[in-house]
Order: sequence, then C-alpha cells, then structure tokens
Amino acid sequence: MIPTAYYILLGSGLFTIGVIGVLTRRNVLIILMSIELILNAVNINLVALSQYFRSVDGQVFAIFVITDAAAEAAVGLGLIIALFRNKETVNADEIDLLKW
Amino acid sequence: MLILIAFGILSAVALGSGVMVITRRNAIHSVIWLIVTLFAVGGIFLLQHAEFLFAVQIILYVGGIMVLFLFVVMLVNIDVALKQAQFSRQWQLGLFTAVLVFAQLVYVIYKIGAGLSLPTQPPGPEPAHNTQAIGQALYQTYMLPVEIASLLLLVAMVGAVIMAKRKFE
Repeated sequence: MIPTAYYILLGSGLFTIGVIGVLTRRNVLIILMSIELILNAVNINLVALSQYFRSVDGQVFAIFVITDAAAEAAVGLGLIIALFRNKETVNADEIDLLKW
Repeated sequence: MLILIAFGILSAVALGSGVMVITRRNAIHSVIWLIVTLFAVGGIFLLQHAEFLFAVQIILYVGGIMVLFLFVVMLVNIDVALKQAQFSRQWQLGLFTAVLVFAQLVYVIYKIGAGLSLPTQPPGPEPAHNTQAIGQALYQTYMLPVEIASLLLLVAMVGAVIMAKRKFE
C-alpha cells in the first residue's frame, strides 16, 4: 500500500503548480485552467483521506467539488466571452476598470 | 511494488503535464495538457479504488468541462496574445509566494507524516461496491447538499447564459 502522505504530497505539488499559474500568467483562460488544477489537487487529497478513514464521505465531497468546478467553469467562461466582446483582450492586467 | 510504480508514473505525468499547462504559449496546447493531467488524476483515483470518481472524472471533466474550455479558447483565442508577454509583471513575487506556500505545506506534511504513513488499513472491511456506497451516501446522508448542488448548477447555467448573451439594443 502507498502511504497516504505520498498522495497528500502529490496534492500539494499540483496545488502549488496551480497557484503559480494563477499568480504569474496573464492569459485569463490559463488562469481558469490553473483553478481547475487546484480543484483537482483538492480532490486527490479528499480521495486519499477517504481511503485512509475507510469511508466514502470524502469521495462524496469530491463529487461536490467537481460539481462546483463545472459551475465555476461555465460562469467563468461566460464572463470571459462577455469580457472579450467588450475589451478585445484576454490579458488579466489589461482588465483594470475597477483599479483606482 | 507494482502499485508504487504505477503511482510514480501517474504522479510524474500529472505534475509534468501540470507544469506544461501553465507554461505553454498557446492556450489550446494548455487545454490538451490539462486533459493529460486530468487523465493522470483519474488514474490515481483508480489506484485508490475510487472507481466511481474515475468515471465521473473522465465523463464530466474530460468530456464536459474540457470541451467547453476548448470551445471558448477557439472563440476567444487571438493571434495578438501569442506574441505578447505571457507572464505578468510581478511574476517573480508570485512564484516566490507560491514556493513559500509549498514549503509550508511540505513542512506540515512532514511533521504529521508519521501519523499518515502508518499502514493505511485500519480494521474494517473494504467497501466492496464503491458506486453503491457512494450512491447510498449521496441519497441518504447527503440528500440536502445534493439538492443545493443542483440549485447551484441551475444558477450557474442561468448566469452563464446571461453573461454570454448579446445585449438587446
């Protein structure tokens, strides 16, 4: 059997890659994809701990996280389409209407 | 031993293609690499006997969400963006912060790792039918959260339609 700590380390590695993507990229689409990476890291942790505690509750929560990811992707991509129609850009640092 | 090798390969694929997702210039390549990552994560679910989640991952994530992503990338993708700088001005700070967070996570996992690397088989029978167990948990214990999640999906659907709709003059 693989120690649960390995799975959690893998989850934190994937989470870090996602955070780096969110913080450093300019393309809004790639920022959204990085958020999907972060949610997948969460799912790895949930499944690993659900196996550790011999209970399916963690997997049920992973299903809720996937539902959330679907909702977030739909709304986020709708926002990107509306944004692109108005500003003709996909760069996060050019979208600064609310900046003081 | 074999399962450890499978875990090593799958996690290497997941992390490597994750790095490819955030470094590609073309957003379409990023989507393709993200699909590879999702397949690898699905394989890790399979390794942990979470068969239902594996199926959900393939059908819903790869089949649904990523196709949506591909459509939007092809709608929005402009050649101008390919020639511009790909990383924001404060990318060093962002990288530093993320690495700091990772170091903290690794430290905490190392501290509690002694508890987590105990044999992962506490007494109790392995649930034989993963899908059956999840179905029972979803529709008995978690009935109200399922209803709330369905409401969330409805709201997200309406929201996405409103966002993407052209304004009527």
